[in-house]
Amino acid sequence: MLFPSWAFLLFLAVLVPVYYLVPKRIQWIVLLLANGVFVCFAGLLGAVFMAVTIVTVYAASRGIDTLFISQRDTLAAMKATHTKEERKKERLRFEKKRRGILVACLVVNFGILFALKYGAMLGRLSAGLFGTKAFGQDLALTMGISFYTFSTVGYLLDVYRETIPAEKNPLKLALFTSFFPLLVQGPITRFETAGKALTEPHTFSGERFLSASLRIAWGYWKKLIVADRLLVAVRALCAKPDVYRGDFILVEMLLYAACLYADFTGGIDITIGVGEMLGVPIEENFNRPYFSKSISEYWRRWHITLGEWFKRYVYYPLSVSKPMRALSKGTRRFGVGVSRRVPVYLATLLVWALTGAWHGSNLTFLVWGLLNGAVILLSEELKPLYARFHARFPRLTESAFYRGFTVIRTVLLLSSLRILDCYGTVKDAFSSFFSMFTTWNWGAVFRGGVQSLGLSYFDYAVAFSGVLAMFALSMVQRSGAIRPRILKRGTVFSVCVLLVLIGTILIFGRYGFGFDASQFIYNRF
Amino acid sequence: MKRKLLIIGGVLLACIVCFGALWAVSRLCAPKYHDTLIDGHLTGEYYRETTDHDVLFIGDCEVFEHFSPVTLYNEYGITSYIRGGAQQLVWQSYYLLEDALLTETPKVVVYNVLALKYGEPQSEAYNRLNLDGMRWGSAKIGAIRASMTEGEDFMSYVFPLLRYHDRIASLTAEDFTYWFSDGDPVSFKGYVMHTGVDPATETPTETYEKKLPESSILWLERMAALCEAHGVSLVLIKSPSIYPLWHPEWDAEIAAFAKSHGLRYDNMIAENDAIGIDMQTDTYDQGQHLNVFGAEKLSRYFGAVLRDEFGLADHRGEAAYDADYAALTARYEIGKHE
Repeated sequence: MLFPSWAFLLFLAVLVPVYYLVPKRIQWIVLLLANGVFVCFAGLLGAVFMAVTIVTVYAASRGIDTLFISQRDTLAAMKATHTKEERKKERLRFEKKRRGILVACLVVNFGILFALKYGAMLGRLSAGLFGTKAFGQDLALTMGISFYTFSTVGYLLDVYRETIPAEKNPLKLALFTSFFPLLVQGPITRFETAGKALTEPHTFSGERFLSASLRIAWGYWKKLIVADRLLVAVRALCAKPDVYRGDFILVEMLLYAACLYADFTGGIDITIGVGEMLGVPIEENFNRPYFSKSISEYWRRWHITLGEWFKRYVYYPLSVSKPMRALSKGTRRFGVGVSRRVPVYLATLLVWALTGAWHGSNLTFLVWGLLNGAVILLSEELKPLYARFHARFPRLTESAFYRGFTVIRTVLLLSSLRILDCYGTVKDAFSSFFSMFTTWNWGAVFRGGVQSLGLSYFDYAVAFSGVLAMFALSMVQRSGAIRPRILKRGTVFSVCVLLVLIGTILIFGRYGFGFDASQFIYNRF
Repeated sequence: MKRKLLIIGGVLLACIVCFGALWAVSRLCAPKYHDTLIDGHLTGEYYRETTDHDVLFIGDCEVFEHFSPVTLYNEYGITSYIRGGAQQLVWQSYYLLEDALLTETPKVVVYNVLALKYGEPQSEAYNRLNLDGMRWGSAKIGAIRASMTEGEDFMSYVFPLLRYHDRIASLTAEDFTYWFSDGDPVSFKGYVMHTGVDPATETPTETYEKKLPESSILWLERMAALCEAHGVSLVLIKSPSIYPLWHPEWDAEIAAFAKSHGLRYDNMIAENDAIGIDMQTDTYDQGQHLNVFGAEKLSRYFGAVLRDEFGLADHRGEAAYDADYAALTARYEIGKHE
């Protein structure tokens, strides 16, 4: 069930009234049933994988929780009768058991994710190396598995770290895992926020409904008017790396930047709006990312929940892990600077390699991830140089011109890296990117080039108007969220804004017969 | 309380203005089928009729380009109308007939059997041509449900803006001229006139299924039952043409069907000489369809059959019909000599 489909709107139109009409104590059960319908619509295979995740994570979290309780009781009982050494040994024995359960559960869940993401690639590799029949070709990535696996594993790791207690009711864990708005393209949520809100009773609020509707409509607006329109041109450019070269690549980079932003933020707007409509707050995943002044800042503002997840569950634990500490100690003879940097470098590159791998099985994603890591590390190394530059030219670096320059530089840099996302091979991506510096063909771009990409001048005009509208709203957002300001101006005004959004979607959106009901780009990750 | 009423009133007003604007845009974007692609205008034109008809022709282009109701009236006093459309599939014909029978009961329904070769929905574009103009009711709902191809959705028939919104980028003068008006009729009681001549050259060949699709025959059964229920005589015909081909196996199957259901079936391809059709002068597209000269010959021939076999009354001299047909004939003659 795609977000941009009648089926989804009908699903929502039935669910919302039912959700608020049933007794509050069973609202979460209604939601769980709705999730079941949504998941089954996407395919029974996906439902089976999700069931495996729910069952294994529930069993593991309960097992770990029980071991914590047993450990506390045992150690308390041993306090008077056993030595400190014996108690430590007992504690380690419990820790080992807990770790065993955790690792087993992680292996199962990441194993499924790995098999689905990389099965086809390994099949091709095996066929290439050993001449065997390719396998795993039809193991399609089931809906939302990357997102719900990370959310649920995050919950398990929190239980393992004793940050939160294990949920006793398996159905409530199932509700958290399968919450339908999150299955399309995240965000990756935490059990302690969304998990609790999902099972709490909710009362209908007209203002919240209107606010949520505005957010949902804005999401559809970005998706159907801007993203799906620009995607046509981006796909055309990516499909022929040998034809579209030189300055076409700059066009591609900029179109893809706008397209991806409209697509991903549009989808997240719908997700958050649907959550809000049901009284469930969902974490924000973006904070005006294209206004970032550096790549590291950009990654703190784009797909925030994925970055947070890797930071919380991979980067920090890895940086302070025993092997890293040992490595740092071992490299001390090369100087303090080196020994301080080695664990940071390794952890950063590993996290970025994993981030790349999370996005897809192609080598392009891995290279993309590593390049992001490398740029971030390079920026860190250049910080003293920047500081000296800022000190030397304070008036320049504090000017709006310089701020604008850093923003544009960051957008161009991240768009350059994203080229890897557009092509099937690293070779095509690099070859296309570097052709920008060797082939000057602006003439060809504007003399028929852009019209050959499947869009008319009208389409470009609509898309660029949409991009301008998004930019203008982002500028306004600097002084605070927009929706409260709209709602503050009264119900009639808010309804008018909503109707204008819906009306413009209906007229200028790319939907219906003859258009692809395209899935969100991030859904394929 | 007053404040609440004001808010409700304001919201309602905003909704009315918005829906009004969307309705206007929807009308603007919907194809008008008046100056170009006029086939799409035919279904809706039927509802402008003010008189009843003794004969209803139902089918595809082989009825709306092959029979002239003007000739039938002027020669025999037979009142008729053609509910035909481009690639009008058998279930669409069924529902158009069901729709027509809600407001009139003709004595004879003539169905051209060529479209029976299609057992599945074919093309969204043709669906739109044939169904957009239908008035809303159970017949239209049934026709849409039976006709939708992959990727089509029912909602876009209810709200045409959902289908035609992308036309906003390619509006023409025709769209503005007929924004709020349907304009003059483009047909002559469902007949679309072609005056050009493009002689037939050769008969193409094709591979084909020996048996007509089972689903088509089931719809034909339903059509026969519908006519029987309304006391209407159903006549099956195959209009004269060189191409698309009407194969002997299909002919035999329909002949057997007609026999088993007590229906008359005329394959008029074999009667070209008797009709006087000359595919060197009576076709405008190399034998696929008849021009006005061919259509008049066929109407004269078939009019006699209708009069003799079904005892249809001669309505000439009846004031209402005479007035109607006089105006139509005047327009018809102008079109014929343009």
